[in-house]
Amino acid sequence: MQEHDMSWVRTEMALAQPAPAGVTGFSAWVRKNLIASTGDTILTIIGFALVVMILPQIINWAFINAVWTGPNRTVCATVAQGGIQPDGWSGACWAFVNAKFGQIMFGTYPVEERWRPILVGILLVVLMVPMLMPSVPRKGLNALLLIVGLPIVSFFLLVGGAFGLEHVETARWGGLLVTLSLSFVAIVVSLPLGIMLALGRRSRMPVVKMLCVIFIEAVRGIPLITVLFMASVMLPLFLPPGVTFDKYLRALIGVSLFAAAYMAEVVRGGLQAIPKGQYEGADSLGLGYWQKMYFIVMPQALKLVIPGIVNTFIGMFKDTSLVTIISMFDLLGIVKQNFSDANWATAQTAKSGLIFAAFVFWLFCFGMSRYSMYTERRLDTGHKR
Amino acid sequence: MATENAVSAEEIKVNAAKMHISDTDVAIDIVAMHKWYGEFHVLKDINLRVMRGERIVICGPSGSGKSTMIRCINRLEEHQKGKIIVDGKELTNDLKKIDEVRREVGMVFQHFNLFPHLTILENCTLAPIWVRKTPKKQAEEIAMHFLKRVKIPEQANKYPGQLSGGQQQRVAIARSLCMNPRIMLFDEPTSALDPEMIKEVLETMVGLAEEGMTMLCVTHEMGFARKVANRVIFMDQGQIVEQNTPAEFFDHPRHERTKLFLSQILH
Repeated sequence: MQEHDMSWVRTEMALAQPAPAGVTGFSAWVRKNLIASTGDTILTIIGFALVVMILPQIINWAFINAVWTGPNRTVCATVAQGGIQPDGWSGACWAFVNAKFGQIMFGTYPVEERWRPILVGILLVVLMVPMLMPSVPRKGLNALLLIVGLPIVSFFLLVGGAFGLEHVETARWGGLLVTLSLSFVAIVVSLPLGIMLALGRRSRMPVVKMLCVIFIEAVRGIPLITVLFMASVMLPLFLPPGVTFDKYLRALIGVSLFAAAYMAEVVRGGLQAIPKGQYEGADSLGLGYWQKMYFIVMPQALKLVIPGIVNTFIGMFKDTSLVTIISMFDLLGIVKQNFSDANWATAQTAKSGLIFAAFVFWLFCFGMSRYSMYTERRLDTGHKR
Repeated sequence: MATENAVSAEEIKVNAAKMHISDTDVAIDIVAMHKWYGEFHVLKDINLRVMRGERIVICGPSGSGKSTMIRCINRLEEHQKGKIIVDGKELTNDLKKIDEVRREVGMVFQHFNLFPHLTILENCTLAPIWVRKTPKKQAEEIAMHFLKRVKIPEQANKYPGQLSGGQQQRVAIARSLCMNPRIMLFDEPTSALDPEMIKEVLETMVGLAEEGMTMLCVTHEMGFARKVANRVIFMDQGQIVEQNTPAEFFDHPRHERTKLFLSQILH
């Protein structure tokens, strides 16, 4: 019989030791993530096999067989189709994109005036980059220039008709210019408007609350296509003859209000996640309603819903394509319009054009997505244990 | 309505005459206050007068309305009947008055309610800067002064999530003190803390009491009550059942409910 001793005292505290070999490092990562079990190994092999099968074809089409420059359709067509490529050739026709690049960027904006949208683009980058970098000082001034200054300057630059600039009507705008300007304004308008609507929906004042609920639910209940179509086709019927307002402006208002309704619901989700104690903490210090919202509630609520906000931004950015329905030509619209150019009609044109348009959309959306992830990490002061 | 007001105003005058005190000595005056949550009558006929510099401990079983009562004092809860006069200002729906009262009344919560997205220093300077309009630099000096007093100046640039519960609660006390309040309310300040951290918070509160702060404290720390309170109030079922000096309250409770409560918590 062994005696069980109840009394024991540690004489020396145990020291921290390095982790045993095989727990960290590359081989451990492979073992844990790729070949942990038979099932995992099979899936890994299938995955690699798929990549090996598909990737070379894509690279071949998009890069190796691709035609990068050329004057017209002949460079992208096979001999049988009246071109110079051998029979059975298949490759991307980047020459088409190359030739139409100006249109894809600016639509039918007069060529000799294109420096104006280019200047706006440069201003946008110059103001946007420091805004997105947290370490650059003077954020208030920067935001003011970006959100108020830039739209005003851009308006005069793009529309013209003042300061000796030739007037360019918005019907001639197109391509990336329309896509970016619509989304920029929609983003800048929808976030603050959405915040106000979300606060209004949670307000204790019944009239304010009811108006916000009606607006949000009405707009969310209608497809964007309908909103745009109604703004474009129906609205002129109700306006007195002679009174018109610009189609581009109507689309701008439609998209912005539409986005604001969605934004309001995203923000409301964040507001609901803020514990009551935060409101009470702010109240007990004597902070007023707007101070409480601005300093305490909104910073936390918006941080929580960054993925939702950016999701709405991305959705809105892509939804601007729907302005095609009111015969405005955004990036996608202008690419599609150029398919009908007989000078460039080949079997590869549509594919190449659409893939290019998709790539440009993806570039912007991916950028927004990555930036939002970065911001989430940067603002994470929760220090959850 | 009119007669009711007249009666309660009369009552105040009579009470003041009886006790031979001037109004300026009264910090909080609660007269015949009632509160309902919907149909549920949570607070019934609360009458409580707190003098300047008084330290009152409120205890009672859970659900007895202790927290609700002190939350009425800075209008985190609304009362439906009777009067609450804080620092000479009656609490009504007048938002300006409410903000005035809240500026003078500090509150410490069970779950600290620090702002997790702001540093400790920012937590302490936010209200002085934006409510009291103190210049930023001066507000920071005041904040550091109080952070030193609660013995955590070295944590000023950390975030609340990086601090222990006891440290967070001391920051919450410092945050309230930065507003230079005339009255402090404590709503179970040690109930959410680990046993090892209760002492550091209580010591801070004792220090505050010794400096003559008017304090209302909902707590189950009977040692604290005996040591610093002038008066202990016992609540049950939404009403004040008994009040007395701590010595009398603990040694000679008079109401049956008080006796039962004390026998449950003092072993």
